[in-house]
Amino acid sequence: MSTGPGDQDLTESLVATVDEARARSEALEIRGAGTKGFYGEMRAGRPLAVAGHRGVIGYEPSELVLTARTGTPLDEIETLLAGHGQMLPFEPPRFGPGATLGGTVACGLSGPRRPYAGAARDFVLGVRLVNGRAEVGRYGGEVIKNVAGYDVSRLMVGALGTLGVLLDVSLKVLPAPEREATRVVEFDAAGAVSLFAGLGRQPLPLSAAAWADGRAYLRLSGSEAGVAAAIEEIGGDGLDAIEADTFWEDLREHRLPFFDAAGPLWRLCVPQASAPITLAGDWLLDWGGGQRWLRSGAPADEIRAAAVAAGGHATAFRERNDGVAFFQPLQDGLLRLHRRVKTSLDPAGLFNPGRLYEGL
Amino acid sequence: MSIATESEAIEAARRKIGERLRRVLPADGVLVHPEELRPFECDGLSAYRQLPLAVAMPTDVAGVQAVLNACRDERVPVVTRGAGTGLSGGALPLAQGVLLNMSRMNRILDIDPANRLARVQPGVRNLQISEAVAPLGLYYAPDPSSQIACSIGGNVAENAGGVHCLKYGLTVHNVAAVDVVTIDGEKLTLGGEALDAPGFDLLAFIHGSEGLLAVIVEILVRLLPVPRRAQVLLAAFDDAETAGDAVAGIIAEGILPAGLEMMDRGCIEAVNDFLDVGYPDCGAVVLCEVDGTDEEVVSQMARVRSLLRGAGAGEMRISASEEERLRLWSGRKAAFPAVGRLAPDYYCMDGTIPRRHLGRVLGQVEDLSRQYGLAVVNVFHAGDGNIHPLVLYDANREGELETAEILGGAILEACVAVGGTVTGEHGVGVEKLDQMCVQFSAVELAQFHALKAAFDPEGLLNPGKAVPTLARCAEFGAMHVHGGRLPHPELERF
Repeated sequence: MSTGPGDQDLTESLVATVDEARARSEALEIRGAGTKGFYGEMRAGRPLAVAGHRGVIGYEPSELVLTARTGTPLDEIETLLAGHGQMLPFEPPRFGPGATLGGTVACGLSGPRRPYAGAARDFVLGVRLVNGRAEVGRYGGEVIKNVAGYDVSRLMVGALGTLGVLLDVSLKVLPAPEREATRVVEFDAAGAVSLFAGLGRQPLPLSAAAWADGRAYLRLSGSEAGVAAAIEEIGGDGLDAIEADTFWEDLREHRLPFFDAAGPLWRLCVPQASAPITLAGDWLLDWGGGQRWLRSGAPADEIRAAAVAAGGHATAFRERNDGVAFFQPLQDGLLRLHRRVKTSLDPAGLFNPGRLYEGL
Repeated sequence: MSIATESEAIEAARRKIGERLRRVLPADGVLVHPEELRPFECDGLSAYRQLPLAVAMPTDVAGVQAVLNACRDERVPVVTRGAGTGLSGGALPLAQGVLLNMSRMNRILDIDPANRLARVQPGVRNLQISEAVAPLGLYYAPDPSSQIACSIGGNVAENAGGVHCLKYGLTVHNVAAVDVVTIDGEKLTLGGEALDAPGFDLLAFIHGSEGLLAVIVEILVRLLPVPRRAQVLLAAFDDAETAGDAVAGIIAEGILPAGLEMMDRGCIEAVNDFLDVGYPDCGAVVLCEVDGTDEEVVSQMARVRSLLRGAGAGEMRISASEEERLRLWSGRKAAFPAVGRLAPDYYCMDGTIPRRHLGRVLGQVEDLSRQYGLAVVNVFHAGDGNIHPLVLYDANREGELETAEILGGAILEACVAVGGTVTGEHGVGVEKLDQMCVQFSAVELAQFHALKAAFDPEGLLNPGKAVPTLARCAEFGAMHVHGGRLPHPELERF
C-alpha cells in the first residue's frame, strides 16, 4: 500500500546510522518534524532524521487497524482515515506543521478526547524498531488482541525516543462519530470539576470536558439520536459546529488566549475530581479535570508538591525556569528500574540521552 | 543423579525453604506436605501437572516481600498464582520452586466513586469488583469467561480480555495503577490515580508479563458507568465466511458493538444439545450486542439489523427484554461446557488473526482437523479476530493428547502466517513456547530476555515460562527442517 509520492522506506540507512553511532559511541538525537523539540530536557547528540521514512503501509478500515512508517505526517494519516469515516481516537496535538506519527507516539501526548476514549498508549498495537545494538525487531502486531511477548510497543509510548528508533507503528483506529455537539455552561472551577465528575458517572456519550475563563465546555459524540437526547439531559447553550471545532482544536494545539500569556506554563495531571488546587496563577482545565494547565511563577517545588498531594504529577511544559526539571522526578527505586530497562534496549546510551531524565 | 538421590535432594530443599518461610509467614501460610500441595499442582491447563517445593500464602504486602527476600537469598524460583484459572500453564509450579499463592490477599480496599476508581488486592475476583460497585451505578468492564472465579491480579499478569474488549479494551486499558514487589523485595507503584504518570509506561509493560517481572500486590482499577440499555441480536448464516464478512461490514460502517461473537456449526450443534436455547440450525451464528443510552441503542440496532440482512443473514432474533438478552447469550457462554460433552477432553486454542483472513484460516483448520483425525469446533470473538478453535480428543487414548497439541500448534502457526498472533488473551505460559519461536525472531526473543533481566537479573520469577530460550527454538526449528512435521511416528497413520 502506498499513499504519497514522498513515500520511502529508510530502514536500511537508519540501521546503518545507528550501527555507525554504536561503533563510535556517538549519541543520536532522533528527529521527526521537530514540532515537539521543546518537550523534555535538553536535546543532545547528532541529529538522526526520521521524517523521510514515511508512508502508510497498511490500512484495513474493517479491521480498525492502520500501520505507517514513523515519518508519516499525522495530517496525511488523519485525512486518509477521515475518507473512511474513521479517526485517531486520542486526538493527538501537533504543536506545529508536519508533526509525524513517530514523534506523536514517542511523546505520548493526547488531546481532549483522552479521558473518554483513551490515550495514545491505549491505541498502539505494535511497533518495529531499531534498538541500541542496531538490531531491527517487531513487537506486538496488527491485531487488537495480542498477549504474545512483553508489551514492548506500549513501552515506547512517551519514552521520548530513549529506548530505540521507531520505524513503523500499528494503531487501533475507531469510527468517527456520526454527530458531535458542544454545550457551554457558566461555572467556576470548583463547579466545573463537580459537574464533570457527576457527568462522568452517567453513561452519556461525553467525548471532552474542559473549563476556561469561567465556562465549562462539554462535547458529546455519538449517533444523531443519542447526542440529541444527551443535549436535552445536560442543557447549556450550544456552540455552532465551526465554533465548536475551533474551540477544541485550539485547546488541543494551545492556541486559546490562555496560552498566549507569558511566564512558565505547567501541566498538572491529577485525579479528575480533585478539588481546585490552591496555587497562585491562571488555570485552564481539560480532560474532565484530569489535566490542568497553570500559568504561574510559583516555585517549582511548591507546584510539584501540590500536584503530588492531589495524587498526580507536574510537568514544566513551556517557559521553564533554569534549574527546573522538565518532568516530575521519579522515586529512587523506580529510577533505578528505568535505567536498567534503558540499558536492556540501548546498552551504550545512544538514543536521546538525558531527554527524559538525567542518566537515561 | 539417581532418582532416589534426586528426591532426597528435593526433600532437603523443601525442608529448608519451608523452615525459612515459616519464620516470616503465619503457620497456616506455608504448605509443604505433598497432600497439601496437590491442589496447586496445575492451573486451568490441567494437562500439565507438577508439585511445587512449597506453597506460600501471604496475607499482606510485607508477607510478599518477606517471601521474595527468602526465596532470593535461597536462590529458589517463585511462581505466582492467582485463582489458578489460567489456560496456558502460567501458574504451573516448578519442582524446585515456591508457589506464591495470592488468594488470601482478597480485599477491596477503597472505592472512589468521584474518580471512578477502586483499589483492590490481587486475590479479589474479577466479578466481585463489579458486584461491589453496582450500587453506585458503576462496573469494571473486562469480563474474561472465567470472571466468576479468576482474580484481578491474574488478569493483570495475563492482560485478560473478554467478550467486550472491542469497545471497552483489555485489562491494560482499564487499570490506573499497580503496586508491585520486585525480586529485590522492593515495593514500587506503576501508574497512579491521574490519567498518566511520569517516566516509561511500566504499567502497560507489566500487563501480560505472566509473573516474570514482578509480583503484583495491589491494583487500582478504572470503573465505568453501567450502560442504561444493552440489546443483543442473533443472526443465522449459511457459513462462517459469510458471517465473517458480515461482521467486517458492521465495523466498516462505523458501528462499534459492545460484543460481537460468532460460533460455527459444530459449536451450535453442541450448544443446542446441551441447553434449551434453540439456536438456529445453520452454518454460523453471529451475536451482536450494542449498549449505551436508549436512543443510541435503538438507532444502532436498526443499522446493525439492516447491515446483517444485506450481508446474507437468514433468521434474526433481537432481545426484547433483559431476560431474553441473557438467554440469547447463554448459548455462547455455555459453548465450552457444551463442547466438553462432545469428547472426553478438549484443547482450547487462542490465536488472533486479521479478520479478513477468517475464511482462509478456517479452511486450514478444517484441513488440519482431517489430517490429524481429530474434530475441531470453533468459537470466535469475531469483532477483534480472536479465534478459539477447540480440538476434541481423548487423553486416555495413547498419543492423542500429543496429537491434539501438534494440531493446535499447527493452527497457531497458520495464524502467524497471516499476520496474527499465537495468543490473543490466554498467554503463552508453558503451552505456546514453541509457537513463540515461529512468531518472533532470535533478536526479538533475546530482547525479551534482556528486558526480563532488567527486572529480575537472576531469573527467579516464573523462569521458563512465556518466552522460550534460543536453544529451545533452535531445537524446535531443527525438528521442523528434518521432518516437515514433528517427529511422532504415530502421525504417519493420519
